[in-house]
Amino acid sequence: MSKVRVLVGTRKGAFVLTSDGKRERWEVGGPHFGGWEIYHLKGSPADPNRIYASQTSGWFGQIIQRSDDGGKTWIQPGTPPSEQTTPQGPPKGESNKFVYNTSPEKGGKPLTTHMWYDGTQHPWEFKRVWHLEPSLSDPDTVYAGVEDAALFRSSNGGQNWEEIAGLRGHGTGPRWQPGAGGMCLHTIVLDPSNPKRMFIAISAAGAFRTDDGGKTWRPINRGLKSQFLPDPTAEIGHCVHRIAAHKSRPGVLFMQKHWDVMRSDDGGDSWREVSGDLPTDFGFVIDVHTHEPETIYVIPIKSDSEHFPPEGKLRVYRSRTGGNEWEPLGKGLPQSDCYVNVLRDAMAVDSLDTCGVYFGTTGGQVYASRDAGNNWTPIVRDLPTVLSVEVQTLP
Amino acid sequence: MIRVVLPPHLRTLAHVGMEVSIDVQGAITQRSVLDALEACYPMLRGTIRDHDTLQRRPFLRFFVCGEDWSLESPDHPLPQPVALGKEPFLVIGAIAGG
Repeated sequence: MSKVRVLVGTRKGAFVLTSDGKRERWEVGGPHFGGWEIYHLKGSPADPNRIYASQTSGWFGQIIQRSDDGGKTWIQPGTPPSEQTTPQGPPKGESNKFVYNTSPEKGGKPLTTHMWYDGTQHPWEFKRVWHLEPSLSDPDTVYAGVEDAALFRSSNGGQNWEEIAGLRGHGTGPRWQPGAGGMCLHTIVLDPSNPKRMFIAISAAGAFRTDDGGKTWRPINRGLKSQFLPDPTAEIGHCVHRIAAHKSRPGVLFMQKHWDVMRSDDGGDSWREVSGDLPTDFGFVIDVHTHEPETIYVIPIKSDSEHFPPEGKLRVYRSRTGGNEWEPLGKGLPQSDCYVNVLRDAMAVDSLDTCGVYFGTTGGQVYASRDAGNNWTPIVRDLPTVLSVEVQTLP
Repeated sequence: MIRVVLPPHLRTLAHVGMEVSIDVQGAITQRSVLDALEACYPMLRGTIRDHDTLQRRPFLRFFVCGEDWSLESPDHPLPQPVALGKEPFLVIGAIAGG
């Protein structure tokens, strides 16, 4: 029978929730890395036992952790705790090292500043890894989206990281500006039909695409409108919160922007709004049903100044028409006095026959639906603030 | 041997207790102590000093013999009791956050 493993990153550690394919009874493992902020964990599609985790702290900086046994044990890649020396000498702890590439010889550019909140230029400073996206085919290759916004890649299981400098060197970099949460690259979508194509999103620069494996990038923000910008339809500057795509149709993208739910049918070349009859089109998460490419999920949040559900009712909204027509799904979710938020990386779907949908809240609940959103139950209720949720469907 | 006291999260990361003893060659300074510490415990690289610039991370401070040495030159010799192993070099995290 299939199994499901839910990987939960929180403000105070990582948790691994496991169940059989019925998804009725759950075992809660953790906390791993207790006391540290775990922005994201994600398993390799090519080897489900390989899981990468971003462990971070305002005191101690960035740590990358890796598990090769499905989350039971963890190592810092290249620095096993029992190995203080290797045949090559002492390990160098390089897995923690994220250094921007400013070397023209390595394809980088001497880009050192971006726009600060007040419009002045500000040095680019590494703060943390927001999102880890393992390669679809190679367990040792993984991408990292970081703050201040940049894209890094490791091709040796997280031991060393190198910036994919073409993105930051695109030319608009000096005009990128942080959102309220910092200037973070938080979304990485890999195209399963084309290994050279990748989509990323940055708050608050917008969405970008590469078609040549990361050498060159283009902004893909045509059709987005952001009223807070001097030019609401500007090439860059949009606060994209999340992008999702169905694996069978990688050219069809769905976006939850700061305000507005958007759709693109041409790989991001143009976007149109599909907010339709949502009660509010502000929100953070968006995801696509595993088996139905036109079925999408969002969780509307009241506004950018009131980060909680409208009317104190926590409801997922589902569209079976690829947007515009939405239905509220609240059965099993709190329908009064609920004032939690659901952050951008905190929703995921499994790939069982009846698609499971999962999300975590800032109140520490992780909710699951075994029937594509019709009914919901909490797996756990009292975790620290949930930052991210990912799901692995195991044989 | 030079004694170094680490904050709790770094003890967990390095799989050590509150205090470690390390062999430091040459002059005993903040830089030489931290270099030796990171050579022994490479998982600590980047956690006390920035991986790239080697600047002290802003929410950490260094104390020796009851005094804050955080703003001293990293190459200034540490007091004799530290060099003799009578007093530890303390890495202390700010009391902040939730």
